[in-house]
Amino acid sequence: MWMIGPLGFSAPLLLLGLAALPVLWFLLRAVPPAPIRRRFPGVALLLGLTDDQAETDRTPWWLLLLRMAAIAAAIIAFAGPVLNPEQRKAGTGPLLIVFDASWADARDWPRRLDRATTLLDEASRTGRPVAVIRLTDTPEPVEFQSAEAWRGRLAALSPQPWLPAANAAWAAKLPAGDFDTFWLSDSLDHPDRSALFVALAKRGAVTVFQSPRPVLALAPATFGDGSIQLSATRLPATDPVEVEVIARGPDPSGIDRELARATLSFGLGSATAKVALALPPELRNRVNRFELAGIRSAGAVSLTDDSLKRRKIALIGGREDREGLRLLSPTHYLRQALSPMADLIDGTLTDALLASPDVIILADVAKLTQTEQDGLLDWLDKGGMLLRFAGPTLAASDISRSAEDPLLPVRLREGGRTVGGAMSWGEPKTLAPFPETSPFHGLAIPDDVTVTAQVLAQPDPDLATRTIAALADGTPLVTRKAAGQGQVVLFHVTANAEWSSLPLSGLFVQMLERLAVSTRPAAPDAADLEGQTWVAESLLDAYGQKADAAANAGVAGTDLATAIAAGPSANLRPGLYTGADRRVALNAVTAATTLAPALWPAGTTIEGLESTPERSLKGGFLSAALVMLMLDILAALALSGRLPRLARAAPLLAVLALLPQHARAQDDADAKAIRATEAVVLAHVLTGDDGVDKIAQAGLAGLGERLWERTSVEPEPPVGVNIETDELAFFPFLYWPVTTTQALPSATAYAKLNDYLRTGGMILFDTRDGDITRGGGTSPEGQALQRIAAGLDIPALEPLPKDHVLTRTFYLLQDFPGRYDGATVWVEAAPPDAEQVKGMPFRNLNDGVTPVVIGGNDWAGAWAVDDMGVPMFPVGRGFAGERQREMANRFGINLIMHVLTGNYKSDQVHVPALLERLGQ
Amino acid sequence: MTTAPDLRTSAETLGQSLPPLLAEAELLASTIMLGEHGRRRSGQGDEFWQYRPAHAGDSARLIDWRRSARSDTTFVREREWQAAQSVTLWVDTSRAMSFASAATTKADRARLLALATAVLLLRGGERVGLSGSDTPPRSGRSQLLSITRALTAQDTAADYGAPDPTGIAAHGRALFLSDFLGDIAGVETALARAADRGARGILCQVLDPAEEDFPFDGRTIFESMGGSLRHETLRAGDLRARYLDRLAERKDRLQTLARASGWHFTSHHTGDAPLPALLWLYRAIEGGR
Repeated sequence: MWMIGPLGFSAPLLLLGLAALPVLWFLLRAVPPAPIRRRFPGVALLLGLTDDQAETDRTPWWLLLLRMAAIAAAIIAFAGPVLNPEQRKAGTGPLLIVFDASWADARDWPRRLDRATTLLDEASRTGRPVAVIRLTDTPEPVEFQSAEAWRGRLAALSPQPWLPAANAAWAAKLPAGDFDTFWLSDSLDHPDRSALFVALAKRGAVTVFQSPRPVLALAPATFGDGSIQLSATRLPATDPVEVEVIARGPDPSGIDRELARATLSFGLGSATAKVALALPPELRNRVNRFELAGIRSAGAVSLTDDSLKRRKIALIGGREDREGLRLLSPTHYLRQALSPMADLIDGTLTDALLASPDVIILADVAKLTQTEQDGLLDWLDKGGMLLRFAGPTLAASDISRSAEDPLLPVRLREGGRTVGGAMSWGEPKTLAPFPETSPFHGLAIPDDVTVTAQVLAQPDPDLATRTIAALADGTPLVTRKAAGQGQVVLFHVTANAEWSSLPLSGLFVQMLERLAVSTRPAAPDAADLEGQTWVAESLLDAYGQKADAAANAGVAGTDLATAIAAGPSANLRPGLYTGADRRVALNAVTAATTLAPALWPAGTTIEGLESTPERSLKGGFLSAALVMLMLDILAALALSGRLPRLARAAPLLAVLALLPQHARAQDDADAKAIRATEAVVLAHVLTGDDGVDKIAQAGLAGLGERLWERTSVEPEPPVGVNIETDELAFFPFLYWPVTTTQALPSATAYAKLNDYLRTGGMILFDTRDGDITRGGGTSPEGQALQRIAAGLDIPALEPLPKDHVLTRTFYLLQDFPGRYDGATVWVEAAPPDAEQVKGMPFRNLNDGVTPVVIGGNDWAGAWAVDDMGVPMFPVGRGFAGERQREMANRFGINLIMHVLTGNYKSDQVHVPALLERLGQ
Repeated sequence: MTTAPDLRTSAETLGQSLPPLLAEAELLASTIMLGEHGRRRSGQGDEFWQYRPAHAGDSARLIDWRRSARSDTTFVREREWQAAQSVTLWVDTSRAMSFASAATTKADRARLLALATAVLLLRGGERVGLSGSDTPPRSGRSQLLSITRALTAQDTAADYGAPDPTGIAAHGRALFLSDFLGDIAGVETALARAADRGARGILCQVLDPAEEDFPFDGRTIFESMGGSLRHETLRAGDLRARYLDRLAERKDRLQTLARASGWHFTSHHTGDAPLPALLWLYRAIEGGR
């Protein structure tokens, strides 16, 4: 292949044809365009006229240029131009294909596989043996096999959700002998990567292949300053970019969906971006993962564990009589310990139960009412945790003496005991080490924690199992029992420092954490995880998707702690691990993860995924030549006068035809608006049910005709409006036939409807079910109306009173039938202070038009007329039916009059007063 | 080519919309024939004109006794003076007239206008004929048939036509319909001969819009309809201005000629509606203005 810069030619000899172009120039110039013969009587007047310019018998230079360019393009096209041709060079000897196969590879894994497949194809053509390794695998000896053997296995390769850590070990496992290496790098630096590279370079040529696309890593979310702190890093740090972070979690019905979204903005050249996401506790506690939108990689996913959850804790103190003595308050230390990590609920126990807290703490509360007790038991059954502290009140009371109280884990001895006080023998007691069965196992016990007073548990058979912390002398300090799905825990000391120094110590906070009363604000350390076995609840694959966790064995807490600090590995895959009482997330990207670019020694061949692909330009040149020849035809026609004038204007017309597309839509909307505002236009809401819409349209048309005939209101033909898209402000009146199938309006449509109602519009809701709801029952349409109206700003309603202005705006009416008669019609309630003036038949109701009229009499059905003006539907029977239709029409007229004139008729109550004033 | 019945139908349709044409006869002495057309003065005729008091010299036979019996004086009943006019039509039948850039040829339009005028004139009682010796001016509906026949039959092989003044009645009227693109000398001769006989008339130039517009461009060989004339140009668009100048000059020449001999000149395009042209012809023949 012959190359000019990035352009190669497959048949360069054809380019010699370009030398013929000057010859063509002379040939073309010599031939003038052929004349056109015309019969023209006016030729008699032309005789003797000569042409001004003599040179026009030659082809104009620009046409020549066009033709030359066309021919040149054709010649070049047939010479087979190729942009960026691949210069293939066949290697010899074995080929080792190395994948980093970390989570950073996941985003363009298919393309890496494509590249590897191409390598395999080439290798199979040249008969080179091949080996494929993933550096994220556990190192094992590398064996070269035929390319065909690898072909099937290659497709099954997938990246791993951790980073390669065993590069040095891989270097040791390399086979003897020379081989070439093709390293598909994830463009991140890994430990011992350069050592492996050196080892590979010793055996033969190493070609590195890495993608220039940025690697993004989402760090684990932390909680601080009242909101969730999210941060992400990227490599390389180049142009400013914005990435969306999505918080996902189950919705109330348990379906996993997007709960919140925040934007991470990377500045120019900055490698990290942070954003704080403030969420209400209910929402925040449901979040189970954060992910970067649109990136399929485990690095872009961060699972959340209990550290993000903030529990709702109801804190109920026993005595509230000693105001002002804050340090003596039974809840002071609890409040101090819990408020940074939990949402506290104050108030009475009954109120707190309504808020369904995770934990209820009763500090020295002895007696509960029966209602409170029942409520607590119910709540315990659902998994609540009741934490009780002893105190003088509990010690003095007689609950749980003879029989175990359901809300106490053990029976209590009367009075309790005091040790080491001023009036007693013995030293204050210290705590015994926590047994292995205790949730507190592993916590260090400070020396200065002493207990001077406590309530004592009665020795019962299961006292030992219920004790989770004891004093050095063996008396239970903390006891626990299961109740339903929840548990009851009793601290046998007070929650303040009266009876012990426990609340003053850090141990108190740790104990609360262990009880999952509060949660840790930060990542757990080894001490927290030690001594427990952690089982994977869910695992992540390299693409950030959930993987099956069933087959994984439990891991020791120390291993997990190491992994959380250093990142996951093949033995400890990223995922969510569950211990005895808490869950810990192990993410592919840990807080300590930094992204460092892989640096390759100078001289290494580095290929990019985005390398400009080979592209044949033959088609492009051929079509350019064709287009130019077409232009030449047009130009030649134009030159010889054979192109009709209209055709000359065609390009301009084409441009013009393209321009006003947008304007037309605007014009449509404008025309609609003009039509709606030129005269009164009645409108009905399009329900999506064709039959109902047609009846509504016909009904309003019929009502419009009656208005034309009888009143000075002369409405234009009615229109149907789509409440989602159409402007409502033009219509004084909307008829809304309620159907069960209509979808609820969107939020914007609701806003528009509420605006419409507030600014004087009226909607007549017609459930069209007057035949079946006469007895006061409700129908599916009625329920649909309730659903629709829930979002509307509708004032208080009342059945249409006998003196409502609707009864006399045009006709005097007492009932308001449609096709059905008798269903109650509801309008806005009159203000409570409306009074009936003496001597007047009406109350003094002056202001406002009712924004809604709700009924079910199917008025449109009674109004509806067809194109001939004949009623479409029968109403009632015989003459009585016709009378009913007439009444329906009168109601319609009254309604429109009410809409258009407001309460003008009501003002008649003032007539006597006005006359009187005029008389003066 | 329009067939005879079609031509007549469309001509009659066009003629129906006009009132009977009242041709003014200036010099009637020699050609006077009593016709239906009142001269708005008393004289010989059939129509009642006015009653006037009888004065000395009126023969008793002239006195209208029925009118006189109603008053004390005697009245004479006068009749309106009526006269008929001879109008001679000439329609160019040369090859040049068969040119059409759109649907209508100039010849078709010229025939239509001529026959419509004839219809009007005949309906008004005038005598209408075609120049030449075949169809001398006569009145009556049968004359319409012969004119129609003659109009649809004629067709000459010449490229351009010259008006034929033979058969024009002395002191009569003449209407020449042609494109007048040929040699102007023929027109001059015909006009001179017609003027010698005291005839007055109208030159109506029927042109195609293309002839008025010259919408040509590029290298073109123009040929006359018969092929006798030929002109080649390389850039027809450049000739347009000069062609239009010459056309205006030709019109001006015709106008001057017409004015010199008391004739009228008008120019009509086949792209326009024929009715305005017919109206103009009607006014010109009627008023002589």
